Amino acid sequence: MSQWRTIQEEATSVATGATTAVANVQKALALIDANKDFQAIISTLSDRALQRAKELDEQIKNGKAAGRLAGVPFIAKDNFLTFGGETTAASNILKSFEAPYQSTAIEKLEAEGAICVAKANLDAFAHGGSTENSDFFVTKNPLDLTRVAGGSSGGSAAAVALELAPFALGTDTGGSIREPASFCGIVGLKPTYGLVSRSGVVAMASSTDVIGPLTRNVEDAGIVLDVMAGKDPLDSTTIEKNPDGYTLGATPKQRSPKIGVIKEYMGDGVDPEVKRCIERAIADAKNAGAEIVELSLPSLPLALAVYYIVVPAEVSSNLSRYDGQRFGYSEKDAATLDDSYELSRSHGFGAEAKRRIMIGTYVLSSGYYDAYYKKAQTVRTKLCQEFAQAFSGVDYLLGPVTPEVAFKIGANSEDPLKMYLIDIMTVAANLVGIPAISIPYGSAQDMPVGLQLLAPQHKDRELLELARWFEGIKS
Amino acid sequence: MSKLSKDDILKLARLARLRLSDDEVEKYQKELSEILDYVAHLDTVDTAGLEPTYQITGLTNMTRKDEVMDYGVTQDALLKNVPNLDGKLIKVRRMLS
Repeated sequence: MSQWRTIQEEATSVATGATTAVANVQKALALIDANKDFQAIISTLSDRALQRAKELDEQIKNGKAAGRLAGVPFIAKDNFLTFGGETTAASNILKSFEAPYQSTAIEKLEAEGAICVAKANLDAFAHGGSTENSDFFVTKNPLDLTRVAGGSSGGSAAAVALELAPFALGTDTGGSIREPASFCGIVGLKPTYGLVSRSGVVAMASSTDVIGPLTRNVEDAGIVLDVMAGKDPLDSTTIEKNPDGYTLGATPKQRSPKIGVIKEYMGDGVDPEVKRCIERAIADAKNAGAEIVELSLPSLPLALAVYYIVVPAEVSSNLSRYDGQRFGYSEKDAATLDDSYELSRSHGFGAEAKRRIMIGTYVLSSGYYDAYYKKAQTVRTKLCQEFAQAFSGVDYLLGPVTPEVAFKIGANSEDPLKMYLIDIMTVAANLVGIPAISIPYGSAQDMPVGLQLLAPQHKDRELLELARWFEGIKS
Repeated sequence: MSKLSKDDILKLARLARLRLSDDEVEKYQKELSEILDYVAHLDTVDTAGLEPTYQITGLTNMTRKDEVMDYGVTQDALLKNVPNLDGKLIKVRRMLS
């Protein structure tokens, strides 16, 4: 039985007085409390959430406009700066950090009356695909406690699958919204790079980080994106939103889309049962009038190598601010400034953060910069060209999200490279900046399988419409 | 095989202001060598005539008016997380031993 209706229905319920913001917040907090075994949540923002809920209820009672999402609770990945509690990025180096300002995404949602009730678990600093790199605990898959919920937005995905709140926020730098959404059987949207401001979100890789919603259906994802999207003076890489917005509304558009199946994503490395789910999606699409073609993007097998050069390089730069002086963990037993830097960072950061910092430092260092970083960014150009070429012939692309379903906790954690290979089908979208979505499409070994849909840059609305179309034709 | 030496790891750690234990040096030596081996195959890719893509928005020189904008962030809020605060001054250790 569903805990929450759709976002629109929940908002209407509060606006018409059928329920109150306070009741919704209390309900969300109770659900969070009842589902502690899954370890999706790091902290709750109860006091502030209840306070805001009371204020919203008062506004509504007095007939004042309270926002299109008034009284709708949500959960934010703990790399979003929020008031009312801590922002840790699931790292010991930020334990007990209290944000001096909120992320723009949170501000925009609050301006429409939505209420952030809790912070979700992630791989520390968003480095990972399973939350096994969280410095605190692993988030379990809601469908199987022995398996991972995915990552790095694992807590957010599990929270939505468990219906702790109607929606959650995540970030996707190499697949971190889509992969956990796929593993948990929910919708995860990675918008076009720059569509949602990164201001107030702990930076991982500045040229690929995006913010996006995790929801139980596509229409909800569109509504959340609609509220968050748009240019922000605090983030100079933000772009204009689609003037039509991203709220799909009731009438689905007539569809006969032309979709390319990415050959490189349907190879031998993919679990045959996962492939069967994607093939079913292709058959459903054909039956519903879509034109399906097989396409090759020959540089795709290089995307993971490009990613694991570019991203650690940017990570090493972004994590240099954690030096124990102005915020975060500071080593008490440090004699000199250098000791303070080295010991604060070494004791505060987990193993994966250190790994990525060192890879990044290596590829950016003198003598290696051209061979690694500059070369990778040039191969990135090749990828951009191949995607542009592909999109000149089709409207959309599709493939799986991951080569396998949610794996057992511990299965990949001893081998960093093996863990990186799970990202093989998600990283390209981040490198070229295009929107991509994961929607649940069947199961394999009793675990959910996600269908990945991709669209050209700025076609987020069109992508959402396609995803909703698939929701409707699913056999 | 781009096997990183113990010295390579220690040099990287120093650049990144990390202090590693002997066990960690050995572990990262192995892991980083494997990862760098994997990414090194990019050097066989033909990228003649292509420019690097550092960001994919196509935006350049985004400017704003040189005006102070008040976002409601207070000094107190900013200083709240400082580990060693002396009034409004951030205390740091001495630089030279």
